Amino acid sequence: MEKVLMKGNEAFGEGAVRAGCRHFFGYPITPQSELPHYLARRLPEVGGVYLQAESEVAAINMVYGAAAAGARVMTSSSSPGISLMQEGISYIACAELPCVVVNIMRGGPGLGNIAASQADYFQAVKGGGHGDYRLPVLAPASVQEVIDLVVTAFDLADKYRNPVMVVGDGILGQMMEPVKLGPPPEVTTPPKPWATTGTLGRKSRNIINSLYIEPEELEKVNLRLQSKYRRMEEEEKRWEEYHATDAEVVIVAFGMVARIAKAVVDKMRKAGIPVGLIRPVTLYPFPDQPLVAGSSGPVKAFLVAEMNAGQMLEDVRLALCGRRPVHFYGRTGGMLTSVAEVEGKVREIWEGLK
Amino acid sequence: MLEEVIIAGFGGQGILSTGMLLSYAGLAEGFHVAWFPAYGPEMRGGTAYCAVTVSDAPISSPLVAEPTTLIAMNLPSLEKFETTVKSGGIIIYNASLINRPPGRQDVRIIAVKANEVAESIGNIRVAANVMLGAFIEASHAVSLNSALESLSKVLPPHRHNLIPENQNALREGARIAGAADR
Repeated sequence: MEKVLMKGNEAFGEGAVRAGCRHFFGYPITPQSELPHYLARRLPEVGGVYLQAESEVAAINMVYGAAAAGARVMTSSSSPGISLMQEGISYIACAELPCVVVNIMRGGPGLGNIAASQADYFQAVKGGGHGDYRLPVLAPASVQEVIDLVVTAFDLADKYRNPVMVVGDGILGQMMEPVKLGPPPEVTTPPKPWATTGTLGRKSRNIINSLYIEPEELEKVNLRLQSKYRRMEEEEKRWEEYHATDAEVVIVAFGMVARIAKAVVDKMRKAGIPVGLIRPVTLYPFPDQPLVAGSSGPVKAFLVAEMNAGQMLEDVRLALCGRRPVHFYGRTGGMLTSVAEVEGKVREIWEGLK
Repeated sequence: MLEEVIIAGFGGQGILSTGMLLSYAGLAEGFHVAWFPAYGPEMRGGTAYCAVTVSDAPISSPLVAEPTTLIAMNLPSLEKFETTVKSGGIIIYNASLINRPPGRQDVRIIAVKANEVAESIGNIRVAANVMLGAFIEASHAVSLNSALESLSKVLPPHRHNLIPENQNALREGARIAGAADR
């Protein structure tokens, strides 16, 4: 099959089209603007609707409406824009509607800059908006994986009637890599009898809502949501292991940093140092099994590497409960960790183990 | 094999497209490739650059801090990136617009009057591909043929009438670099 070069941002758009997404509402912001740009051309070709909203707040509420009507719908933005969408995402999570939100993270806090970052990890995996809710969060590490995981994101959204977030960073969004597209996957959208598409002769009306005045009633909603999140934790953890089974130092990294870490693993292995990588593909639910399994095996220490000041670090520590030392290396403000820097940190840990 | 090339110049000189052409040529030969643009407040007439990595191993990061080759289409680009080129690397500069040869003694330096060559071919817009042709001849990172054949992937179908001029640009650039070798 022929490979074509595609920008990460464009791949998010093409992945959505392949997943049967026919509705996109968004607002431009660097470094993700090629995504709406791509869909502005592509969605009309397949009979879809592309609409540039007047703001991120408007865009997410359009997503809310389309999701309520049963559409496969997506929006995308970058860090400050995603912050603006949080109220709407919380409403959609409470109303239990499926949609996909893409965040191409940039340097923060504040207006920050347009360079690559992973500083929105907490916001993505711990809820983000107000209230007690969770989103499955997927973190592709290559343009090819973007295409594949966006399709997965739509399936998870429908399976759990829940918003799903896919996070990348400015580098993944802007870079071009070869991708194999292949024939589009078979899209099976589950029936959505709850959708507000008119009564169609039914006596009862479908109501989509996130307002529950009575605390007893809202607690029931919360308990239902929580049981759904427990089911996600049972069924949806995804990760990739690279030379992890016999490693004594294991790097834990996601997205672009995991690629840097892979290069470090290769270098260390050549030098005879047993280093491995665990790359969480789902950031929520967090894949704790491979970490726990590693800690009962030959792994002596873990190194978490991120483009932030140590956010996934907390989830790694929670997973390990002190079973093994957990080290950290991170860069902030839009700086990418380099192979040399992570290698230096690994060597330091390795020396300390002797 | 690892080639990390920075192609830099004015916005509108075809910098990004030429980078894509090199990427497609590498892809055609079975290499791992990555292309990464400067995506700050770039605009037509301002500075533009892209980094292209062609490698026989998977590429960890598409960012290039120390290029093996710099293709500089104008003076600001040469000034910005000259010192970053790896020792033993290559600097190819557009002698039509740059009247100051690079000062580095530890890299191979090739002067190409890309604008004049492009104008003699009949289209100033193919200047960046004159430079790419010179790079391919100087580095043998990919074959000239792969670049010639990849033009149809980089140019949209309604621009395929420009393929012959771009092919001439690549060939002429390669010829100039080949002559500079002797």
